[in-house]
Amino acid sequence: MMRIVDFLDNMDKRIIYLIVAIVVILPFLTPIGCPMKVTEPVRNIYNYVEDSIPEDGSILISIDYGPETMPELHPMGKALVTHAFSNNIRVFMLSLMPQGTGLAQDIIATTVREWNDDNPDNIKEVGKDITLFPFVPGVSAVILKMGEDIKGTFNTDAYGNDLDEVPIMSGVNNYSDIDYLVDLAGSSIILSWIIYANGRYDQKMAIGTTAVSMAEYYIYMNSGQANGMLGGLKGAAEYEQLLKLNEKSESRNEGLVGMDAQSSAHLTYIIFILLGNIIYFIKKKQEK
Amino acid sequence: MSISTNIWVWIAALLTLAIYSFLYKDNVFYKIAEKILVGVSIGYLLSVYWHNTIIAKVWNPLVQDKNFLVIIPLILGLLMFSRLFKGRAYISRIPIAFVVGTATGMSVPSSFENLFKQVQGTMPTVFSFGNIVILVGVITTLVYFFFSLEHKGFIGKVSKVGITFIMIGFGAAFGATIMARISLFIGRIQFLLRDWLGVIQ
Repeated sequence: MMRIVDFLDNMDKRIIYLIVAIVVILPFLTPIGCPMKVTEPVRNIYNYVEDSIPEDGSILISIDYGPETMPELHPMGKALVTHAFSNNIRVFMLSLMPQGTGLAQDIIATTVREWNDDNPDNIKEVGKDITLFPFVPGVSAVILKMGEDIKGTFNTDAYGNDLDEVPIMSGVNNYSDIDYLVDLAGSSIILSWIIYANGRYDQKMAIGTTAVSMAEYYIYMNSGQANGMLGGLKGAAEYEQLLKLNEKSESRNEGLVGMDAQSSAHLTYIIFILLGNIIYFIKKKQEK
Repeated sequence: MSISTNIWVWIAALLTLAIYSFLYKDNVFYKIAEKILVGVSIGYLLSVYWHNTIIAKVWNPLVQDKNFLVIIPLILGLLMFSRLFKGRAYISRIPIAFVVGTATGMSVPSSFENLFKQVQGTMPTVFSFGNIVILVGVITTLVYFFFSLEHKGFIGKVSKVGITFIMIGFGAAFGATIMARISLFIGRIQFLLRDWLGVIQ
């Protein structure tokens, strides 16, 4: 018994890394299909897009993250754009971070290609159904200026076309022409959107954030400043599940695919934490 | 299984493996990948700021549109470089004062509005267990951070409840942090297995 305790107590941490790697990789090769419950904050966003945005309405998605949080937030962006496409809602994207514009371009390219492959009778086009505003520095100043004049804030789209000549911009001047805003970020940029877009212009909005920041932003749902939240990879997976259940998406779902690995990794961590505590108490008793 | 033939996918995959090799021990491949990351990040940011700020917001309005009002922020921006000259560094206080003043003016009213909405959100409008927990949590946590009274007797007991709420909050945040870190690892594994090796769909 004590030999096992001593072995575990002095175990090389690289063995733990190896175990975690195996536990994460295996579910990709042999999917388990862990059950998943859709939470209320996620359902609120889905229901708002489904019931409160009319056909040809508009959704603004801000991609305020870089590659470091991409695995958690990117699937959210793709799921939201797919949902908007399925309801014929116009999608406007932007980024208040320099790195975000490239990631937004990736979301647009991937979702438009996958959607058009799956729905040849309802083709989506960049500039007509979805567009991307270029990066403009200033965060709060940009959010405030968009409340007055979106075209004046950016002048062109991220592809260099004059916004006055882009069809999707027809009738869109400021937040009063945007039905819903979703900010995807792992930083305090969310707070800027809440304070300026929601606070000053009463823009209806939701939050998509990393699991690390989830606890920090729950309070904004309680106060009604945001009507829903997608938290981490699980939030993205829940949204993908809703799209799948309602036959809104046929494409591969990055969030859902990753949840088996997430669950098995969590189980491993729980076992490690329990083992660590048991060993600690055995050792303490031994010392006495 | 269909291994990628895209050279960029290979570069990304090898750099990912080079970074993860640090988990075994520090090595030259990790150091190369680390330096590439820093260099590429700075180069990318400089390029974005050059095209989206200097060209789009200064050069084009000034040269093409003849909008000479741009000269004012341009001069303010250039004054920041006075920090490079020891005797004239004080001049940089002018643009800094402008930025601080504008940002404060923008944020103070909105921040107050945000604070009031948060206070309103704490007040229970419906009698439910969740609302009671929120109310008790907020009050006891505020008492814990109230240092004008000694934490003894009734105040001591209330502050102990407050620290319990804080600890539960930390626990939830730490659990969520583990979830986030695993998600990042899952993202890389998905990339390696799907985009690089092609063993999953």
